[in-house]
Amino acid sequence: MHTALLLEMAAGALGDRVATGSATGGVTYDELAARARAGGHWLSGEPGGTVVFVGLNGAALPTALFAAAEIGRPFAPLNYRLPDAELRKLLARTAPSLAIVDDDMRARVEGVAGVKIVTRSAFEAACAAPENQDAEHPEPDRDIAVLLFTSGTTGDPKVAVLRHRHLASYVISTVEFMHAEADEATLVSVPPYHIAGIAAILTSVYGGRRTVYLPTFAPDDWVDLAARENITHAMVVPTMLGRILAVLEQRGEKLPQLRALSYGGGRMPAAVIEKALTLLPNVDFVNAYGLTETSSTIAVLTADDHRAAIASDDPAVRRRLGSVGRPLPSLELEIRGPDGEALGPGQSGEVYVRGEQISGEYLHKKVLQDDGWFATNDAGWLDEDGYLFVEGRLDDVIVRGGENISPGEIEDVLRQHPQVVDVAVFGVPDNEWGEKVACALVARDGHPSVDELAGWVKARLRSTKTPEVWSFRDALPYNDTGKLLRRQLKAEHSAQAVAV
Amino acid sequence: MELKPGSRWKSAVCDTEVVVVRATAGHIALECGGHPMVAHADAKPAGLAVHGEHAGGTQPGKRFADDVTGLEVLCTKGGKGSLSIGGRPIGAKEAKKLPASD
Repeated sequence: MHTALLLEMAAGALGDRVATGSATGGVTYDELAARARAGGHWLSGEPGGTVVFVGLNGAALPTALFAAAEIGRPFAPLNYRLPDAELRKLLARTAPSLAIVDDDMRARVEGVAGVKIVTRSAFEAACAAPENQDAEHPEPDRDIAVLLFTSGTTGDPKVAVLRHRHLASYVISTVEFMHAEADEATLVSVPPYHIAGIAAILTSVYGGRRTVYLPTFAPDDWVDLAARENITHAMVVPTMLGRILAVLEQRGEKLPQLRALSYGGGRMPAAVIEKALTLLPNVDFVNAYGLTETSSTIAVLTADDHRAAIASDDPAVRRRLGSVGRPLPSLELEIRGPDGEALGPGQSGEVYVRGEQISGEYLHKKVLQDDGWFATNDAGWLDEDGYLFVEGRLDDVIVRGGENISPGEIEDVLRQHPQVVDVAVFGVPDNEWGEKVACALVARDGHPSVDELAGWVKARLRSTKTPEVWSFRDALPYNDTGKLLRRQLKAEHSAQAVAV
Repeated sequence: MELKPGSRWKSAVCDTEVVVVRATAGHIALECGGHPMVAHADAKPAGLAVHGEHAGGTQPGKRFADDVTGLEVLCTKGGKGSLSIGGRPIGAKEAKKLPASD
C-alpha cells in the first residue's frame, strides 16, 4: 500500500478539515492533497530521482513528502544543522537528486554534482499553481518512500530505506482512520530528518489531527505556540520535556488544552518524568520506543501504565515508569542472547522485532533476517508482564538529547590532534541530555588543555559532539585480541558521574 | 482476479473502494454489493445494482479480513454495498486503539 493513498483517503473523508497550520486559515486536507498533486506533477518534470529536503519544519514538509510519494520518488530529509562540509557530503550521496532547500540555506548547498537546488519558496509556488494542480500523472510503481540518514558506529551515516508498505502498515495498524475530534491539534517540534517527524505527518493525516509546526525547537517558543494554538497533543524527546517543564514552572503556565504528551528517542531520566506527572496531572503521558528502521514506534508505555506505575507500592510495577511499555499488538518482539537463543523474562539480551512495519534495510544492504526478524542492536529485557526495558545501544552509540552520536567519528577527529596518542569516546548518564559525551585520552608531550581539545572537536564537528567529560590516562584498556574495552571505561565514568 | 498487495479495486455498484493490505495466492472472487469488484483504473460495467443481501455498507478506514482465504483489504472510500468473497460476507476487523505516539 502506498502512503499517498493515506492523504487521498483523508481528503475524501474530511476534505474541509484543517490539516496543517492554524485552526482558522490553515491548509485543509483537500488543499494539501491538491498541493501534493501539483508538487508531484511539477517534480516529475524536473531531473533527479530522490527528492531531498533541507529546511526547517513547516507546511512545505508534508507537501514535499506527499508530492514525492505521488510520483514514486524517495523523499530524503537531511540534517541542516550539520556543518556545511558534512551536509554537502550527505547531499552528494543523494545524487541524482532534486533538493528543496530553505531560501536562506541555499548558499550552503549549491554546486554539489548531480543535485539540482530549488528554493522552498519556488517549490511552494509550484504547488499552488493552478496549471500544476489540474495536471494528471500516472500512478507510480516505485516503492521507496523515505530515505533517512542514521548515525552508525563507523561514523559514516547509513541510509535507512523505508518503503511505502512499511510506513503505510505502521499507520493503518496503529491509527484509527479520522478518529481525532475536530478540535485536536498536535505540535510537531522534532526535526524533519527524524523518523518521528516523518511518522507524525502520516499518522496525523490518517487520524485527522491538525498539525502545527514549530520551525525549530526552543522551550519558550514551544510553550507559546502550544498555548496560542490550543495544542492538545505533542511528541517530544526527553531533553525537550525537561526544558519545557522548566518554562512551565517558571511561568506558572498550565496549558489547560493539553491532553497528551508522548516522548521517546532516548533515555528518560526518572526525575523528569516524575516531575512531568506532578506538574501536568491532567495530561496523558505516553512513552514510545522505536527506531528509524522500524518505521517509528514498536512499543508503547500508555498513560494508564504511567498512572499505575506512579501510584504503585509494588517495586515491580513502579519501575515500569522506566520501561518503554509493551510491544505493539501488530508485531512480535523477543530478547535474544549472544548465540541467537530466545531469553526469558528478566534476562538481558538484544531486542529483536518482526512485523510488517519493520524495514530493516539500508541502501544497498538488507539486514533483515530471512525469517523476517530484525536485530535492533539495542540491549534490553522484558519483565514478567511483557514490559520492555531498553538499556541502550549494544554498540555504544551515544544518545544525547535524542541525537545519536557515534564515538568513532569523535575519536577520529581527536586522533588527528598532534599530542593525542590514543583516545576512547563513550556516553555517560546525564540528567538533562540522557547521556553526554565522555572521553578518555592518552597524550604525549604533556597534557593539551581541555579547552584546546574541546575547541579542536568543535571546529571539526559540532558542539553536541564535543566531549563534556575528559580524563587523561597512561593507557587505555584493551582485551587480548586488541579490542578497546569501551564498556569498562563507560562503567568507571558512570560510577564517577553518579558519585559527583 | 489477482489481488496483489497494494492493488486498488472499486465496487461495480457503489462508491466503495479498497486497497489490498494482505494477499494470498490463488484466485479470489472479491465482491462488493454482490458483484465482482473491478480494478481501480478500469471502467465499471453498466446496469448493475447493489444486491439486497450485500447492502450493509462500507466505511473508509475499516479493515476487512477473511479468515478462510487470509485476504485483508482496507476500505479507502465508503459505499452502500458490503464486501464478500464468492458470496460469503467478510467482516470488519476490530479497530485497535493505541495512543498517539508520534
